[in-house]
Amino acid sequence: MAEIAIKQVAKRFGGFTALHSIDLTIADQEFMVLLGASGCGKTTLLRIVAGLETPSQGEVWIGGRRVDHLPPRERGIAMVFQNYAVFPHLTVFENIAFGLRMKKLPQQEVEGRVNRTAELMHIEQLLKRYSGQLSGGQRQRVAVARALAMEPDVILMDEPLSNLDALLRLEMRAELKGVLAASKTTTIYVTHDQVEAMSLADRIAVMHQGHIVQAASPVEVYRNPAARFVGSFIGNPPMNFILATKAADGSWTVAGLTLPGPKSDKQTIEFAIRPEDVDTGTEGLHATVRVVEPLGPHTLVTCDVEGGLFRAILESNATVAVGDHLRLLPKPDRIRWFDPETTNAL
Amino acid sequence: MHGKALPYLLLTPATLFLCVFFLYPFALVAFEAFTRDGGFTLDNFRTMTSSWKFPVTVRNTLLLSAVVVPIQLVMALLMATMVSRLAAGRSAALYIFAIPLGISDLAAGLIWLAIFDQSGFLNTLLSNLGVIDRPVMFLGYQSKLTIFIAVALAEIWRATAIMMVILVAGMGLIPREYYEAAEVFGASPWKRFIKITLPLLRPSLQTAIILRVILAFEVFAVVAALGGTNLPVLMGETYNWQFTLQDRNVAAAMALFILAISIGFTLFFLRVLRVPKEARI
Repeated sequence: MAEIAIKQVAKRFGGFTALHSIDLTIADQEFMVLLGASGCGKTTLLRIVAGLETPSQGEVWIGGRRVDHLPPRERGIAMVFQNYAVFPHLTVFENIAFGLRMKKLPQQEVEGRVNRTAELMHIEQLLKRYSGQLSGGQRQRVAVARALAMEPDVILMDEPLSNLDALLRLEMRAELKGVLAASKTTTIYVTHDQVEAMSLADRIAVMHQGHIVQAASPVEVYRNPAARFVGSFIGNPPMNFILATKAADGSWTVAGLTLPGPKSDKQTIEFAIRPEDVDTGTEGLHATVRVVEPLGPHTLVTCDVEGGLFRAILESNATVAVGDHLRLLPKPDRIRWFDPETTNAL
Repeated sequence: MHGKALPYLLLTPATLFLCVFFLYPFALVAFEAFTRDGGFTLDNFRTMTSSWKFPVTVRNTLLLSAVVVPIQLVMALLMATMVSRLAAGRSAALYIFAIPLGISDLAAGLIWLAIFDQSGFLNTLLSNLGVIDRPVMFLGYQSKLTIFIAVALAEIWRATAIMMVILVAGMGLIPREYYEAAEVFGASPWKRFIKITLPLLRPSLQTAIILRVILAFEVFAVVAALGGTNLPVLMGETYNWQFTLQDRNVAAAMALFILAISIGFTLFFLRVLRVPKEARI
């Protein structure tokens, strides 16, 4: 059992605040992804959980034990580093065995565990090689095997796939998901790649400027962004935002279309819709087509709506041409509203 | 001018310089070592080895190296580790540690002579403290051990920094991620030093040790200042053959002998501390 609790953790580097009082609880065996652009504090948070960085304030608990004053080796964690950190002077076997040897496990146990994890990661034929004789993907497998061999309560991963080429990344992503689910560890996984986050996570914590903006399941984060930032960061292309003006109480005018919305005493709020959640028809938002990109499964259309850009994903058999005037009707249950000042969802 | 020829052209002056002022005299010395009165002979080597002083000089030189170099290695590793960990003031510490490097070895010998001399600092201090009532002859011909210790101390003081500088540079090349990985996977600071720093520092260790060992075989001025003829070493004996005994052929043979053991130890350390190509950073 290893639940991770991060309580009011903050980190300041001189005058710069990298993390503002973070609270996050990760359930036993949960796969938690920290997602955000570079500089948002996600790696700092992971390193604080690992013990490679000391928090300026707050507490870190792993498995019911307070660990923020303990060195990394006493926290029951294993880690996969962005550049793999596969020791160049040791063979693959000794790399995987490194942590086990530090624990002074008997040789037989070490061999058993190294062989098992090597097999799991499909690197059993590489055990005698050195890091310098491996490809990036193979090094990545060694780094994961080294972490798994520890049979840790918690595995921490710092952008483990970001140095692989696209095809390999896809392959490793699926494999990691299977292997980690089978290992029954609690995982914290840092990435800036939203597709990776969506596909791997039980829960995604979206981070922005040292805050966790939203921590929820991938579908929830995608469908119900808690803040404008989440909607604009997740999804490719991201959500469309249009300013809406009050028509009546609980009714708003958006690009010539009047829609029912939240009650608010503000005069303008922001209307938001995902590109795939609009239909073409005889009524809807007035849009002028600027660019048409047929992408195979669907067609991406970039339009002008009220002087701003608006992206819509239409069926691939839709016949649209540049300069066409369209009416785009948002699906009512997919419309989201944001407060333009706090940027939070309404 | 073609780009391909340019590098060679630029290297020519230095190459010529080395040929004229190093290879040519070296060939002359080698020639002198193997000739006497115009004919090829091994007599010079026979004369050299049959001198009663020869085994003593070999023993003293090797013993001095065997004591000084390991102590210097440990100290240099310690100092380099500390300097590498400094967040601020790193270059200031490096400069201070490196001060003795700027002093010639004769001056270094004289500084330590001023300490151990009959009217030196150490005697003054001890007599002021009332430990002794008359000056002690630390460096007299009867106290070979104190001479040896004094020379070793002076050598350690003088030439540890050169090893440290090389090791600091080497430590800077080891990526921090390896230490973090070792830390996460259970290595204590001592284990990290043994399992990560030392193996990854091997190329620098190799350079530092080879350089230091060669310099230790060439020890001369410090010994001359502190021990005079009471602690004969190889280089001093070479000097002796050349200038006191006026036999340049035997002196040349001695020089070749020093070169030979230097090459021997260099090859030994190249081999022992070799890093296989696939295991490099």
